[in-house]
Amino acid sequence: MTELASYNFAYLDEQTKRMIRRAILKAIAIPGYQVPFASREMPMPYGWGTGGVQVTASIIGPDDVLKVIDQGADDTTNAVSIRAFFQKVADVAVTTHTQDATIIQTRHRIPEQTLREGQVLVYQVPIPEPLRFLEPRETETRKMHALEEYGLMHVKLYEDIARHGRISTTYAYPVKVASRYVMDPSPTPKFDNPKMHMYEALQLFGAGREKRIYAVPPYTEVVSLDFEDHPFEIQTFSQNCALCNAHGVYLDEVVLDDKGGRMFVCSDTDNCEDRRAHGHVGEMLAQDPPLGKEAAE
Amino acid sequence: MYVAVKGGEAAINNAHRLLADRRRGDRSLPSLTIEQIVEQLGLAVDRVMAEASLYDPALAALAVRQSRGDMIEAIFLLRAYRTTLPRFGASVPVDTAGMQVERRVSATYKDLPGGQLLGPTFDYTHRLLDPSLLEDLPVDEPARRPAPDEDIMRVSDILAHEGLIESDGEFPDDHEAGDITREPMEFPMPRDLRLQALARGDEGFLLALAYSTQRGFGRNHPFVGEIRIGEVELEMDVPEMGFSVSLGRIKVTECQMVNQFKGSAKAPPQFTRGYGLVFGQSERKAMSMSLVDRALRAEELGEDITAPAQDEEFVISHSDNVQATGFVEHLKLPHYVDFQAELALVRRMRAEIATRNNDGGMQEAAE
Repeated sequence: MTELASYNFAYLDEQTKRMIRRAILKAIAIPGYQVPFASREMPMPYGWGTGGVQVTASIIGPDDVLKVIDQGADDTTNAVSIRAFFQKVADVAVTTHTQDATIIQTRHRIPEQTLREGQVLVYQVPIPEPLRFLEPRETETRKMHALEEYGLMHVKLYEDIARHGRISTTYAYPVKVASRYVMDPSPTPKFDNPKMHMYEALQLFGAGREKRIYAVPPYTEVVSLDFEDHPFEIQTFSQNCALCNAHGVYLDEVVLDDKGGRMFVCSDTDNCEDRRAHGHVGEMLAQDPPLGKEAAE
Repeated sequence: MYVAVKGGEAAINNAHRLLADRRRGDRSLPSLTIEQIVEQLGLAVDRVMAEASLYDPALAALAVRQSRGDMIEAIFLLRAYRTTLPRFGASVPVDTAGMQVERRVSATYKDLPGGQLLGPTFDYTHRLLDPSLLEDLPVDEPARRPAPDEDIMRVSDILAHEGLIESDGEFPDDHEAGDITREPMEFPMPRDLRLQALARGDEGFLLALAYSTQRGFGRNHPFVGEIRIGEVELEMDVPEMGFSVSLGRIKVTECQMVNQFKGSAKAPPQFTRGYGLVFGQSERKAMSMSLVDRALRAEELGEDITAPAQDEEFVISHSDNVQATGFVEHLKLPHYVDFQAELALVRRMRAEIATRNNDGGMQEAAE
């Protein structure tokens, strides 16, 4: 029974890592193409980021510095859990600072600060197939990708416009990678889509349950699908972050009371803390210093 | 008050501590032992082994205890362990005709060589709660028959002698079985992989699909040719030795469903097979599996595909309960970034409609 407790570095056995690295290399060679891989059962549930965890486990080395975010934050429970997993099975250094990390595993956000060459952003992906909700069959969607048959997606976006006056997809907004494959950017808000274009860092996407890996190599074109008369646009916020006064970043709406009170704060907690450390002060902190002190801790 | 993001780590630790407390329950009661679970909750252990695809009663019992009796959680625990084990190779195909039979029934013949053996079945118990089980009263030793001299022949072999049933699969003898836990799935699937997926598929899901075929959604006219439960020898070829060596014995449940078939453009009239094989004792699962296996052969046999149980991609993609529970339950993870995006969109669209309605109202008033 004692052997139950001992696992290889970063949990996966070396054969499995090799298999996953091969899939990653293929994915990098064909940007945006979903490479099937023999996803393993991980010790956390499907849907909790098993794809991202397998990708991270396959590329991480003892010298890496890992950051894990969920909804942009380092302290959400699942981010804490995944970070703790790698501390336990790989004993790697971890950080919350975007700039200090060599590998950043993320769910639903791209950090506000741009990454640099050599960093790797690993996305957790629930449904890798951008065409899935238009065509539920894998046998069909693979054919559509092979034939570059993306008309259905444009029809869907057009129907949005006809019905709602605009494209009503707000997250997991489809992109075309390197002028070839239509790709699901994972359920990040479309606010983050422009960041993916010509990104300096390597972007890897892991879908564990659906057994797919795909990638966007550094400096690759990533274009959000749109129409000439209905160009792609991202969300804008009328407020600034209540804590760090940031503008042009993605904000979370926090309900303050049962009388309609709201505040907006940075989704990217590291960026917010960094700005506050550099003296930026939001409305809430300026008004209410004791509370602000607590929040900054 | 508002920055709810701090403290995740402490919250998780406390949750785990509380979970451990709830799992153990009242400390004044003795803790369940692994041996007790293996011996007295054997069918739960069997189900965990079957759907985790790992034959190890002690570890399955540990998983049942650790999961507080949540079967899917136990299956998940055992699978997550299984996936870390190295593969030595594949066993020689199990010969179920050589089974040490504990139960064997056929619905297609009144009597047959080897006889009908009821074995340890609930089938003819009256489902009356038994107050005597509230106490730990002595239980009689079972009656035993002398071991039969020869193997008990399979019913499908009886039919095969007459050429009335299709042959048993079309793979050549040197076919190497695939492994759905080591290779990505692709559709359409060969039958060996499909059977693997069904063997680890969720009992409840397969039961419901099997039931749907009986109610007319892909009816396939089944008869239970035979169900047999017992121990089989597991052997493995060792190339260095030039012969196969025994790895031990495992208990399995096998169901051979015999299905009437009127023939199609692809196949002559004959009986066809649906096959189920499950670790341990689980007739419900083996029978469901064989009905679904037969339903999934619709295309191969040139039948119309009209029902969910006949749709391979639908059935196989959704039969794995560890995957299913993960994806359904992941909805409780935070999604507030995406929800924020949807909030903004709905607010904007509502505002536009309100503006339009107001404009319309003013125009009407002006007319």
